Amino acid sequence: MSELIAFLEPDRSVIARRAAIIADLADLVPASSLITDARELVPFDTDAFVSYRRMPLAVVLPETTTEVAAVLKYCNRNGIPVVPRGAGTSLSGGAIPQEDAIVIGVSKMNRILEVDLPNRCARVQAGVTNISISQTVEADGFFYAPDPSSQLACTIGGNIGMNSGGAHCLKYGVTTNNLLGVKMVMFDGSIVEIGGKALDAPGYDLLGLVCGSEGQLGIVTEATVRLIARPEGARPVLFGFPSSVAAGACVTDIIGAGIIPVAIEFMDKPAIEICEAFAQAGYPMDVEALLIVEVEGSDAEMDAMLGRIIEIARTHGVKTIRESQSATEAALIWKGRKSAFGATGRIADYICMDGTVPLGQLSHVLEKTSEIVARYGLRVANVFHAGDGNMHPLILFDANDPDESRKAEMAGNDILKLCVDAGGCLTGEHGVGIEKRDLMRHQYTDADLAQQMRVRAAFDPKWILNPSKVFPLDGRNGAYADETGETAGKTAA
Amino acid sequence: MSADAILNPKTEDEVARIVRDACEAGRTLAVSGGGTRSGLGRPVEADTALSLSKLSGVTNYDPSELVMAARAGTPLAEIEAALAANNQMLTFEPMDHRPLLGSEGAPTIGGLFAANVSGPRRLSAGAARDSLLGVRFVNGSGEIVKTGGRVMKNVTGLDLVKLMAGSWGTLGVLTEVIFKVLPRPEATRTVVVRDLNDAEAAEAMASAMAMSVEVSGAAHLPVSVSYKFGDLFDGQAATVLRLEGLDASVAVRSERLVAEMGRRGAVSVLNAQASAKVWRDIRDVMPFAAQRTKPVWRVSVAPSAGHQLVAALRLQTGVDAFYDWQGGLVWLQMEADPEAEMLRKYVKALGGGHATLVRADAATRAALPVFEPQPAPLEALSRRIKQQFDPRGILNPGRMTVAP
Repeated sequence: MSELIAFLEPDRSVIARRAAIIADLADLVPASSLITDARELVPFDTDAFVSYRRMPLAVVLPETTTEVAAVLKYCNRNGIPVVPRGAGTSLSGGAIPQEDAIVIGVSKMNRILEVDLPNRCARVQAGVTNISISQTVEADGFFYAPDPSSQLACTIGGNIGMNSGGAHCLKYGVTTNNLLGVKMVMFDGSIVEIGGKALDAPGYDLLGLVCGSEGQLGIVTEATVRLIARPEGARPVLFGFPSSVAAGACVTDIIGAGIIPVAIEFMDKPAIEICEAFAQAGYPMDVEALLIVEVEGSDAEMDAMLGRIIEIARTHGVKTIRESQSATEAALIWKGRKSAFGATGRIADYICMDGTVPLGQLSHVLEKTSEIVARYGLRVANVFHAGDGNMHPLILFDANDPDESRKAEMAGNDILKLCVDAGGCLTGEHGVGIEKRDLMRHQYTDADLAQQMRVRAAFDPKWILNPSKVFPLDGRNGAYADETGETAGKTAA
Repeated sequence: MSADAILNPKTEDEVARIVRDACEAGRTLAVSGGGTRSGLGRPVEADTALSLSKLSGVTNYDPSELVMAARAGTPLAEIEAALAANNQMLTFEPMDHRPLLGSEGAPTIGGLFAANVSGPRRLSAGAARDSLLGVRFVNGSGEIVKTGGRVMKNVTGLDLVKLMAGSWGTLGVLTEVIFKVLPRPEATRTVVVRDLNDAEAAEAMASAMAMSVEVSGAAHLPVSVSYKFGDLFDGQAATVLRLEGLDASVAVRSERLVAEMGRRGAVSVLNAQASAKVWRDIRDVMPFAAQRTKPVWRVSVAPSAGHQLVAALRLQTGVDAFYDWQGGLVWLQMEADPEAEMLRKYVKALGGGHATLVRADAATRAALPVFEPQPAPLEALSRRIKQQFDPRGILNPGRMTVAP
């Protein structure tokens, strides 16, 4: 099948040296941390953006920062590209390798190093899963706020790479707002520490820059993250609407009235049907769109806030209002929502878009999205974080049909352009990866991108870190040069 | 400053032209907004002054989207008035430096972000940098660059927005900023715990932050400072904990917090009006506003280390102190000498952090590192980044560190 997205032309001279490189790596890490067997490499040939696959040269799973440093130093010296990897749950292809690259995975670095409750933070290795941080401090009444749908599997290192969000970031912010410090290995194997338990270090905000840099600036091996006191209670409520437009308008009015719930999630009819069939969450089936609005606090607080939200929902003709009556019911409501991607995957292949639009544009963009997908003869299910305008249209298709696959990708591209044209952006929380790389010029001018690429080059002058990602492959030449004046990057495939 | 002219561009294109010309001629520019913070940071030595004060006006504001866009030179007062008219506010409660520094003029929205100025609510709502969603700026080569946007979630490309916040005009000249705003809380109360010493106060604040009552400000005013708040605290040390939100909710949370804190000391509750005054004074460091010749430091450490730092310093030198951010932000007024080395040595010994010399005369600020010196690798990285924005080093040379 012909691919829409190109990778950099692999460096044949690196591939030719594979045996020697593997022998050298064996000196740097324990045998149990080095994967070279073709069958064992297969799980690493893609991430959750499964339409694209590339077999890496080898995979290294270091156990310490020192090992990461040794491997990076070696790769830099020998001109071998490196693709960092967390749990491989990226939906944008951020962790997809290339044939001449070493994958450095942080999954074995999965210890929680310190929990400091008086200072409300935890220091963890990059390979800990997102959920395990909250689980560790749950009994003490704390949690770690960003909660991507993949939180059972995804790592904090990957979260930092993509600046991950989640349903609850409407109130608590995304990864960058909850990250206090990192230990990071630079392209040349040197180790730096940025930030820490003290807030807002003066000097350029390197921490803010590293967060969301998609593994292009260094490999994070440790992180210090903010812990927050758990709310006394939380109550998700289902609101069913006669139309998507009514649900969208209700979201705008809730926020406009000065009410900020912890989460406002949106599902359209196809998404409701898919999730209900899978999770039996008790979602109403006689509505066109559903909002899950979660409030938190004491009962009195939740009642007060819900009272106002219900009033607003009524002005938009809400048909069903269902409050969860127990913790089990609340968990079920969220299970339905959080399993949306998995449930969709059971009935069809899908690609998930991640554009974000200003709240006032929600209804317009939803309508246009349906039109675009229909034009390609495909179906779409919408399930997304409405409170912050972060859309997730799931475009359904049959991956065995090359024509459909191509159409799905093209529809996705059209939707993302629509989001940008509506005043939004290509990606709210999944990252650019390879998926949105070639659309970057739709959002940014050449001068905008050149400035970003120059900053990238200040961290990784030879572009050995995750080189096929984020920035369009064409137009890289001459846009930047390393310190020796040599132009980095190679011609696109 | 040896500036021979002040340029007041009215459009972004004019800014770009000015910077491009300066770049070609190798002339340095001192970039400013309202100039109320020109006495903070290292003194700039530049050929020409570039003021953004004429590049003014709100460019986009739809209250139901909780986002505002404004040209960099828009006076803060204008921004706050527009927000107040819609019952909204900035998220980060920025400090007004005029009382402390004795400066005049009108702070601008661009200046706020360029200096990443945050106040007490930083503890719960994040810093200025956290609310900044997008910027337009002119880099040191005179190119207009935009980064970020006007949506709450955006991971499209490198986050240069964060880099611009707190870069003091050394990476680019901000021309427009887009930021998140919040609804004004319907109710505010402040729970006051009396007569705790600094260590007890640190514990009390940590335990309050561990409760599910959503404290939005946690400060401690030792006796030497609390008397400056009139008879509000009867001359006793005051640990102040702010609660904000819906009326019914604040009432419930306040009861819970009072019950918990009552075990630590005598407790009272300030109403909305008294709360507003206390937190404004804490925000603007009013307790140290009067004696302008004394050096003032802003020190950020782990919250549990703040009081230890002050205790250690008190054994060595004359110092007055109070605490914000749960004890992690320490405001220090030195009796005489800034004692930079001693202070930074203790900060390091207590687990690390950073000290910024906020108030001192120009000669002292030129001679001492005003901002905490960075570890060598980060310093090198920062210089490389500066190079990529401002290759000829013409923007605010020397403002953050000694010019290369």
